[in-house]
Amino acid sequence: MSSAAASTRRGRRARARPPRRRRYLLDRERILGPLLLLPAVLYLVAVVGYPLVLAIMYSFSDVVLGSPRFDFVGLQTFRRAISEPTFVHALEHSFLITGISQVLVIVLCTVLAFVLAANFRGKWFLRFLVLMPWTTPIALGAIIWLWMLDSIFTPFDWFAQKLHVVAPGGHLVLLGHEGTALGSVIAVQTWRMLPLATVIVLAGLSSIPRDIEEQAVVDGAGFWRRLFSVQLPLLAPVILVAVLFGVVFTFTDMAVVFILTGGGPGDATQVLPSWAFYKGINGGNLSVGAADAMFMFPVLLGLSVLVLRLASRVGGD
Amino acid sequence: MAVRGASTVRGRVTLYVLAFCFAVFCGFPFLWAGFTMFRQDSDLYNTQHDPFEYSKPATLSHVTDLFSNTPYLHFILNSVVIGLATVGITLVLGVPAAYALARLTGRWGVPMAIAIFAVYLVPPTLLFLPMSRLIVTLGLQDSIWSLVVVYPGFTIPLSVWLLVGFFRSVPRDVEEQAQVDGYSRVGAVVHTVLPLVVPGIFTVIVFTFTLTMQDFIYALAFISSSSHMTISVGVPTNLIKGDVLYWQSLMASAVIVAVPVALVYNLFLNRFIQGFTLGAVKG
Repeated sequence: MSSAAASTRRGRRARARPPRRRRYLLDRERILGPLLLLPAVLYLVAVVGYPLVLAIMYSFSDVVLGSPRFDFVGLQTFRRAISEPTFVHALEHSFLITGISQVLVIVLCTVLAFVLAANFRGKWFLRFLVLMPWTTPIALGAIIWLWMLDSIFTPFDWFAQKLHVVAPGGHLVLLGHEGTALGSVIAVQTWRMLPLATVIVLAGLSSIPRDIEEQAVVDGAGFWRRLFSVQLPLLAPVILVAVLFGVVFTFTDMAVVFILTGGGPGDATQVLPSWAFYKGINGGNLSVGAADAMFMFPVLLGLSVLVLRLASRVGGD
Repeated sequence: MAVRGASTVRGRVTLYVLAFCFAVFCGFPFLWAGFTMFRQDSDLYNTQHDPFEYSKPATLSHVTDLFSNTPYLHFILNSVVIGLATVGITLVLGVPAAYALARLTGRWGVPMAIAIFAVYLVPPTLLFLPMSRLIVTLGLQDSIWSLVVVYPGFTIPLSVWLLVGFFRSVPRDVEEQAQVDGYSRVGAVVHTVLPLVVPGIFTVIVFTFTLTMQDFIYALAFISSSSHMTISVGVPTNLIKGDVLYWQSLMASAVIVAVPVALVYNLFLNRFIQGFTLGAVKG
């Protein structure tokens, strides 16, 4: 809103309404705007900004749970954090789990969005089922997966026995082996992030102008040609936004690992957030935990800048 | 629209096959949970039994057990109280802020809206350690109010983002006319604009509430006694006694929450998509 336009409107209003009542201070946009905005901003500074600064300070300090001590120790805490072999594993797993699950999400959410954009019987039911992994609190979703993956009474074991993958009476113990445990965490993260990504891509799909599609049909483009030359290029920015959210939420999640595997077997599924929790809360070493978590920060910062640039570019149109 | 090309037989078959596969991938865990929760122990815990059929009659005992012998109802009650209180704080702070961003802040509106939304991307896993110490300083450790204090940190950003979009969809003329009719600026907003964004506010209430139920790490770090736990933390940590897992009850506890939440969410989904994707975008 340009100030010129605002002042003409104010002028028009003044002409239309003679000074019938006094103008309130709150009628002034310059005062009312900040006044309405300030409480929310202050609250966010207090519960997000301040702890974020503290988290950065913690990672350069020697603070522990239950003690008022607070000394700056420079990079010593980071050195201690990095020196633990589990940390290196956690860093690797964080990237591995996020990377693989979100590549899967990109592919699956695009296909699923096309399915949900079509008309067919029972679509509402599919939409309902598709949303459930996202609407259910993740801790409860993870508990259900724990039952399916970890117990010896799972349908997976039953199939494995029928197909003679394991001996009769034998069991897969999916969460007990390094590879399958990591694969399980990746599967659950994919399962959980698919709905949000699909919903975002579906919204993008429905905003593709109809004439572009129709023109492509008139021009004789077949299904695949339309898909790869018309629709996917138009959808690419939306898919990018969807997957950026997925990356942020997956990279920073600890509930799935905490409930499914507790980081095990060994360190096979430990990720940065879960490791930060074990060190910081269970181990009581707030500074080392904060330093562990702080390794997520550069990635998050980069992603946030990317999201915001995308958002403001769209906003600038 | 997109896949009107799927009118050939091959297209229809592919469509249904894909739809079925996605339904299984997304929905099977819940189906399995619902299938498990009514089984008798002697039926469930026997590897000789076909897991896809009931060898013994269904029983409600594990479900009633959940309500009578575990703190499950406490968890639900805590989650509801925390959710409602967070919704209250979010609306009181978020509605005025969103209105200001939509109407009053001029060219700073869009960048400010985006900056506030960026706060949504700061994860609890980065903040929970200093936060747990702050909570102790505030004397709120092991209290549900500790969560009411921190949850608006992620619900306000998302709500403001959605609300800015809803406020923008109301034509300016509406409130200008009200001011011509003699209302003050604030009076005009309260009497004309707010009633028009009521559906948007309901959407925000639903999403704020479900967002508070998603949290795991704050509740896990701040709350220690079972009577103060939320659903998300109480079920995985407190319904497991030692190494014994009461699977039917655990599955029931998940299904009882998951189904109603998903139903309500579906009602508001279209409006959510509209707000989420158009938030600060439509200028």
